[in-house]
Amino acid sequence: MNWLAEFFGDAANWSGPDGIPVRLLEHLEFSAISLLLAALVAVPLGLGIGHTGRGALPVLLSANAARALPTLGLLVLIVLLMGVGTDVPVLIPLVALAVPPILVNTYEGIRGVDPDLRDAAYGMGLRGRQVLGRVLVPVALPLILLGLRVAAIQVVSTATVAAYVGLGGLGRFIVDGLATKDFPRTLGGAVLVALLALAVQLVFTLVQRLVVSPGVSGSRAVR
Amino acid sequence: MPGVPVREEPLVRWDWIGRNWPAIQALLADHAVMALVPVAVGLLVALPVGLAGARWRGLYQPTVGVVNVVYSLPSLAVFIVLIPVTGLATRMTVMVPLAFYALAVLIPAVVDGLASVPGHVRQSAVAMGFTPLRRLLRVELPIAVPVVLAGLRVATVSSVSLVSVGALVGRGGLGYLFIDGWQRQFPTPIVVGIALVVLLAAVADTLLVLAQRLLTPWARARGTA
Repeated sequence: MNWLAEFFGDAANWSGPDGIPVRLLEHLEFSAISLLLAALVAVPLGLGIGHTGRGALPVLLSANAARALPTLGLLVLIVLLMGVGTDVPVLIPLVALAVPPILVNTYEGIRGVDPDLRDAAYGMGLRGRQVLGRVLVPVALPLILLGLRVAAIQVVSTATVAAYVGLGGLGRFIVDGLATKDFPRTLGGAVLVALLALAVQLVFTLVQRLVVSPGVSGSRAVR
Repeated sequence: MPGVPVREEPLVRWDWIGRNWPAIQALLADHAVMALVPVAVGLLVALPVGLAGARWRGLYQPTVGVVNVVYSLPSLAVFIVLIPVTGLATRMTVMVPLAFYALAVLIPAVVDGLASVPGHVRQSAVAMGFTPLRRLLRVELPIAVPVVLAGLRVATVSSVSLVSVGALVGRGGLGYLFIDGWQRQFPTPIVVGIALVVLLAAVADTLLVLAQRLLTPWARARGTA
């Protein structure tokens, strides 16, 4: 605990370009951009293959295989091949990591909707897109949000590792602390990242309570 | 976007792999032990905890909360917090957190698996005079196998992939190749490391799928594998 007091008690750690607030904002910025880009790819794709059933197998197989990719390796390889000039090379593996959980959960969510419900929607005269937008998506929302939450937590954790190849963010405290044998700094960074991950978890839980229709959240998701 | 880098260096230098094969093999073995032992330990602990959770639902709700919190902790952060306890660059620093991640996946898998046993099947077993222990071992656990193994597959693949992050605290099996390649700006070790990690995950996953076939012969007999 003395180590933590040393790191968090030092006023120099709270201001300037290396301060905790700046690093926290950087971390949030990278994570938010990556998550947004991943969601823009994965949610429509997951809705599409879930609704039509076309092309589901190859997409799901590659998404599951992508989960085995080691983050750190992917990160160093892409940055090594593309150079460290901009942040783009760092964003690529972060987006690649966030896509599979969003994609798979969106697909499973849409597929898991009770077929009777789907038929009833068609029977009421809704067309394909209306069925998707007004019935399937609201019912599948808990699983879609679960995918986004898992992806967000993975991105926040991985953005830490990205400090190793020169990205800013909270990982800098960890990597710089390890490099200079400044253990309080490393430990302080680790605690900050863990707190941020917990905060992300909490935010998603609250969002889920707000946006999921009470009629849906009353029943357990079908697996 | 940066310009396309001019690089005479090929993506993979095959002769480097040949020259360093013994070292790569040692890293692979170290990686496999650090990834798979925590999952095995996690399964051994998750079975009794999951059984208790399935039996006493009131206990299970708080457990899920704890498990969700554990699962959201970044691996690198947990490795570092453990360093003062387990030491820098030791296997334990990596294996202890991985065992907890495995637990976080496996406890819900065991509980969901047992919940997937249909009520009428359970009642039939009772009516046939099965004692609770025999009912558990001969009826409930076999039916829970597909759900438990699905969790085991997720835990195994992510464990194999997570070990490499340990390289940042000095003990990451094949992850060492990523650090080595980065420090020397030399892509071959990185490519080899990624390929072997994916291969190891694929082999472990295939073995688990085969295990599921052996443990659930009725699924094949019914033609619904």
